[in-house]
Amino acid sequence: MAEHPILSLKGVCKTFNPGTVNAKQVFDGLDLEVNKGEFITIIGANGAGKSTLFNAICGSFYVDKGRIELDGRDITYIPDHQRSRTIGRLFQDPMRGSAPGMTIEENMALAAGRGGWLSSVSRADKEEFKQRLMLLDMGLEKRMKQPVGLLSGGQRQALTLLMATFNPPKLLLLDEHTAALDPGTAEKVLNITRQVVEENNLTCMMITHNMQSALELGTRTLMMHNGHIILDVRGEERARMTVEDLLERFRENAGRALDNDRMLLNT
Amino acid sequence: MTISAILSLGQTSLELGLIEALTVLALFLSYSMLNVCDLSTDGCFTLGAAVGAVVAVAGHPYLSLPAAMLAGVVSGFVTALLQTRMGINSLLAGIIVNTALFSINIAVMGGASLVNLNRADTVFSILNKLTKGTVWHDYYKLLIAGAAVVLVIVFLRFFLQTKLGLSIRATGDNPDMVRSSSINPAFTTMVGLCISNSFTALSGCLLAQYNKMANIDIGSGIVTIALASLLMGGVFLGRGGIVKRAIGAVLGSVLFQLVYAIALRFNMPTFMLKAVSAVIIIFAIGGPYMKKQLPLLVRRMNAMKGGRNHG
Repeated sequence: MAEHPILSLKGVCKTFNPGTVNAKQVFDGLDLEVNKGEFITIIGANGAGKSTLFNAICGSFYVDKGRIELDGRDITYIPDHQRSRTIGRLFQDPMRGSAPGMTIEENMALAAGRGGWLSSVSRADKEEFKQRLMLLDMGLEKRMKQPVGLLSGGQRQALTLLMATFNPPKLLLLDEHTAALDPGTAEKVLNITRQVVEENNLTCMMITHNMQSALELGTRTLMMHNGHIILDVRGEERARMTVEDLLERFRENAGRALDNDRMLLNT
Repeated sequence: MTISAILSLGQTSLELGLIEALTVLALFLSYSMLNVCDLSTDGCFTLGAAVGAVVAVAGHPYLSLPAAMLAGVVSGFVTALLQTRMGINSLLAGIIVNTALFSINIAVMGGASLVNLNRADTVFSILNKLTKGTVWHDYYKLLIAGAAVVLVIVFLRFFLQTKLGLSIRATGDNPDMVRSSSINPAFTTMVGLCISNSFTALSGCLLAQYNKMANIDIGSGIVTIALASLLMGGVFLGRGGIVKRAIGAVLGSVLFQLVYAIALRFNMPTFMLKAVSAVIIIFAIGGPYMKKQLPLLVRRMNAMKGGRNHG
């Protein structure tokens, strides 16, 4: 790894509502380095700081202390909408990533973000949108003029994935993006995710509650607890790991048993 | 009532409806697209009337229209600045700007609350002279109001399909998504409000020149009237493309004026206009909600009756 990491967090600290009774310290000197092309899965109990980590990377809030670098550039104080040029993100809620009152075509035009402010979508662009939608194999390419609000959750999440990766981002953040979908659709969206990530050779971080897929998918697994990364495995060590090992390691590092029902049910 | 009286009533309603349709189209942009209820509309309408009247009195009838629109842009810019850069709630920002505009409007009119345009050249008086002796002469007011409405709709048709227009629509639909498309929602809100307020001011400017005077309360309550028209139009042509919905908004405005004119014929006192528009808006927004609640209410009442029988 002679190259510089694509993402690096150094000594990141964040306290919400400082100076009040509701003060909550989430990060206390968090360090993380992500290398180019890595596919990281992140697990951890509720409130471990997984989504908050994504929020910090995306700029949903500014960190109190520390430094965030993306591809060698300091983005600590860059506002969220500017970071989104190079960071793609999907949420658990499939409704969050697209505008329901606008058509599929209009949504994709916004995601593509081509041309100047006063330019409109060209015929060639429309054709390209169609080609990309065909990859999803959901028949969306025939519904270009329909408002996105008419699509199902799975279709909307797949569309959002396509939109987030239309211009391949330097970093793709997936925040349990299949958790709200039924098992069949979830698997389909996950397969599309894998395909899109591989084709574009994206660097990707994915939060999941499914420990099995946390180990199967990707190249590196992080476990978080109380705003700390308590486990970071990759390569050989990760390949040999089982879900039982993961639970065992959690007990060792967190000093208590993993008490997340959703996670245990998924094992 | 003679046929010609009915026709003239209809024509006046159409003229007024088209002039006020510009404000309805402004709200179509800010309320329907951007999802901001712009309460500075009243003040901005009067600002357009005041600026347009003062410029016309100064001898520049053509310049009065762009001058009024520019004043509207500034007003919209300030409203947007308050809500996007200073953290003031969007409704409150509108009310604050509206209040400030009261003073500013009187200042624009030179400390008076009325500017008389009887002797000044206006776009209406110019076209009146130009069309004298032609078949167009009866319709010269209609021509100006209609042309303004058509221009605004054509502008909206093309503008809302551009990248900027799409971003403005998405800002009202899902601001999260706008942010993740690397667009600053504060910027799109600002552009949207500047444009919508320029239409409102143009509307006020035209109404003042139509009435041959601008006064300080020419715009009072216009936001309610325009919103009622917008929602009425949405009942007929609420779905579909931008042009269809914009035409629906114009239709709503004309219809509102027509209903109002008819009500006046049946001796409704003029001062009731605002109460009527308030009632229309209450039913337009509250109606669908109450309709949804009705079956539940019926079911609950039946259950209560049933419960009593069993008890």
